[in-house]
Amino acid sequence: MTATFPKHIAAEGYIPPSRQQEPPRKSYKYIGQNLKRVEDPRLLTGHGQYIDDIAVPGMAHAAVLRSDRAHARIKRVDTSKAKALAGVYLVLTGAEAKEVTGATAQFASPPVVQYCLAVDRVRHVGEAVAAVVAENRYVAEDACDLIEVEYEDLPVVVDPEAAMTSSGDAVLHPERGPNNIAQHRTFTFGPVQEDFAKADVVVKRTLRWGRSGAQPLETVGCIASYEPGSGKFTMYTNSSFLNYVGWLVGASLGVSASKLNLIPCVTGGSFGSKLFTHKVMTLAGTLARAAGRPVKFLEDRLDNITSCDNHGSDRIYRCELALQRDGTMQSLRFQVIDDYGAYFQFGVGTHGNSLCQIVGPYRINSVQMELIAVLTNKCQQGAYRGFGSEVTNWMLERMADAAADELKMDPIELRRRNLIQPDQFPYVIPSGNLYDSGNYPAVLEEALRIAELPKWQKIRDDARAQGRCVGIGAATCQERSVFSATEFWSLNGTENPGFTLTSSPESTQLRVDPTGTIHVTLGSPFWGNSPETMATQIVAEQFQVDPSQVNVVYADTQSGFNSTGPGGSRFTVMIAGAIVGAAKQVKDKLLRVAGHMMEADAGDLEFRAGKIGLKGAPGKEKTIGEVALFAHYFRLNLPAGDDFASGVDASYVYDHPLTTMPAADRSHLGIFYPIMGHMCHLALVEVDPRTGKVAILDYVAVHDAGTVVNPMTLAGHIRGGTAQGIGTALYEKFHYDENGQLVTGTFADYLMPTLAEMPPAIRVGHVETPSPFTEYGIKGGGEGGRMGAPGALSRAIEDALTQYGVRCNELPLTPRKVRELVRAGEKP
Amino acid sequence: MTLIPMSLKVNGTRFERAVEPRRLLSDFLREDLDLKATHVGCEHGVCGTCTVLVDGQAVRSCLSFAVQADGCEVRTADGLAQGGKLSVLQQAFWEKHGLQCGFCTPGMLMVATELLERTPRPTKAEIEEAISANLCRCTGYYTIVESVQRAAEMMQEGAK
Repeated sequence: MTATFPKHIAAEGYIPPSRQQEPPRKSYKYIGQNLKRVEDPRLLTGHGQYIDDIAVPGMAHAAVLRSDRAHARIKRVDTSKAKALAGVYLVLTGAEAKEVTGATAQFASPPVVQYCLAVDRVRHVGEAVAAVVAENRYVAEDACDLIEVEYEDLPVVVDPEAAMTSSGDAVLHPERGPNNIAQHRTFTFGPVQEDFAKADVVVKRTLRWGRSGAQPLETVGCIASYEPGSGKFTMYTNSSFLNYVGWLVGASLGVSASKLNLIPCVTGGSFGSKLFTHKVMTLAGTLARAAGRPVKFLEDRLDNITSCDNHGSDRIYRCELALQRDGTMQSLRFQVIDDYGAYFQFGVGTHGNSLCQIVGPYRINSVQMELIAVLTNKCQQGAYRGFGSEVTNWMLERMADAAADELKMDPIELRRRNLIQPDQFPYVIPSGNLYDSGNYPAVLEEALRIAELPKWQKIRDDARAQGRCVGIGAATCQERSVFSATEFWSLNGTENPGFTLTSSPESTQLRVDPTGTIHVTLGSPFWGNSPETMATQIVAEQFQVDPSQVNVVYADTQSGFNSTGPGGSRFTVMIAGAIVGAAKQVKDKLLRVAGHMMEADAGDLEFRAGKIGLKGAPGKEKTIGEVALFAHYFRLNLPAGDDFASGVDASYVYDHPLTTMPAADRSHLGIFYPIMGHMCHLALVEVDPRTGKVAILDYVAVHDAGTVVNPMTLAGHIRGGTAQGIGTALYEKFHYDENGQLVTGTFADYLMPTLAEMPPAIRVGHVETPSPFTEYGIKGGGEGGRMGAPGALSRAIEDALTQYGVRCNELPLTPRKVRELVRAGEKP
Repeated sequence: MTLIPMSLKVNGTRFERAVEPRRLLSDFLREDLDLKATHVGCEHGVCGTCTVLVDGQAVRSCLSFAVQADGCEVRTADGLAQGGKLSVLQQAFWEKHGLQCGFCTPGMLMVATELLERTPRPTKAEIEEAISANLCRCTGYYTIVESVQRAAEMMQEGAK
């Protein structure tokens, strides 16, 4: 297979060799089965041990007083009445906390300084001003009500375009410079100017992606204990990046990360929003150290929705797509203004992320991005399922539909004409990222087959004949998986300190106990995905044992290994790599011991149905338990040497399968998100033009996530992700008014889909194009649903409202927004 | 603050306690009785995660005061599994992948318990009506509906 390169990237040595040990197979025994999840029984019975279920002896409870102003100087904080209240152990202001705890850690370069309690100035509604530790949460909240804060209001910046010209007191962080522009930079990948000059048609659109967020039903919490003698902290946390977040929290608390033992909890949903929960952990640690007793801080819903540090992207695009008359896409250029809110924790990492699949599944020759990141008086951005790539998926699909309209082509045909072909992989895109494999036409055709498109067209046409507004939308999108950390810093620019490649590894320990049970230790926590089920199926496949013989446990950071955590659709790929590596060592040991027990050469033995047996000799075998028992207790009957040391265990660290450095001049960004999934979403909708209500009549989602470990749980991700995509497209918005007040600050106002907003079904299909770079060819599939639905729904609504000439350029398409569009179309 | 004496039955066990009048039923169950299956999601009655049954009726425990349950019989998801075995409803949720992160699940189980006790053979529309009272951020709801359908089937088979 020959790789495909854009002309501005030299092919020689660009793609490192594959480290795949387990090539994909035609059939498996346990991989690919709909195994019931091993996590479920304890979750179903209330034994999940979520953060709020945990108590430690002597534990006190914290509550936080939050700013009701969007932008103000803190003139005075009087905590005397709060301190006098019975049951209050400690009241801490931002200025007091700053004396012992430094700024929260962040990735932006140059940084934007943030503290876990605001010092001198508040920059958004909900920012923490003071904290109380009390005997229970009720008393702590009572005490918050007794704290008096005097503010001096400052000009409020809400509109991202207005933020570009802010000056004077409207500047949020004057120490950074005299404006609210956090970063303004242009990146060019390939011959954009020439490609535009050659184009027959240039399609232009201005697009607006509204601010939504993960809002998992469980908020962020931490239970922190501090030992004054040793200086050690113990923290129960629902962070997903358990082995990374300690570095951040330790830096703020002024202690080595090695002084923190972080204990993972089962997490009640994250969708990206609990990757780093360092602000909450830093606050809990600060309070525990100051109060001299363990402290639990768990955000309530208002804490979380106003100040979770994880609102999603909030972007304005001005796009141009250059095409030939026949619909061939040539080049894409755009300006994007992104409203990051009051702080800048990940820098422009969400745009680094977008650039890994910026041309989508299409053969686009060159790309230019002018990026303007602005700061406003809102909760800062963080991570939400897609991490910025869901926005560019929507932008690109909107541009494809706009091009089809302009060229009077069928939108599906226009897509089909531009898809990268199966024989063109590995395919390097203009930004430098590599698409490892895929069969995009097969995904599209499978989706059309499941939908029975002619039937949908008939439904639409019949409805139109009756005067109803029914429409069809298609989106063909990328679903990158297995991030490399270069996405967080490659756009910072070469004048800022750069970094080097980080492996972002995942590891595991496998241990076969004397009963033959295989214990798998994970260094990363459960966050609502199915890590135990994935590990169980892969271990069962490796050893050919029944899944009931596998037991999965979680390590804390003191006893765990070099792991990163779930995020960027990486966990299944990475844990498979770690398990394959560890299993090889464990199997070799078992074969050596079994060889001695059976007086056979280890090379003549095989794993079969829970046993180790002589090849070609049915019945001549030992159970894994028998061999493990021998290896544990009867080592002195085995040959001398380390090969036969008592016990059967191994640990293995699996490194990122494929990543390279960005070019020094940023003419490309290297390979950083190469395990590339793909999807096609098709939606059939009816719009009531009188009310603006959108009803989804039918929905098809076909995904290619490579080799599928568990089709049932993958379909669960796809349907659940699509539900979130429906929310993003039609309902959800963190709406700030002109005073910077968050007017959608409760679940009664921030509208997430209930079952009533869902289509009657989401019909899911899978196409499997295994990756040539990962074990078994697995690709990630955690984010796809949300990354496809907005594009398909926007087009379907546009198609339904053809008679009104509606263009869906802004999300969310709430009933009110749809009514506005219809009303504008009704005008003569 | 004055404490109000109260007596109630929770999952079949009688408790006599004195609580602050402002104490929420959700906090009373989780903290005073250490029953952790009831989860709190939004704290203002929208998400339904904290749903428990009070005298057989689904109630948002985050919007109820503990004292309102004085003299009542309360059931929570902690009490569904009996004798070390998952209930039929819990088995059906497991079989049909009716949960991912599991946080909304106790509320879904209690809503479904109320439905199936009142309507042992619910139509799909009746299940959808019941489930639409609660939020789930993971599943997209379909597998939850299938779980309740499956539970109804299993209960019918078991009754034969």
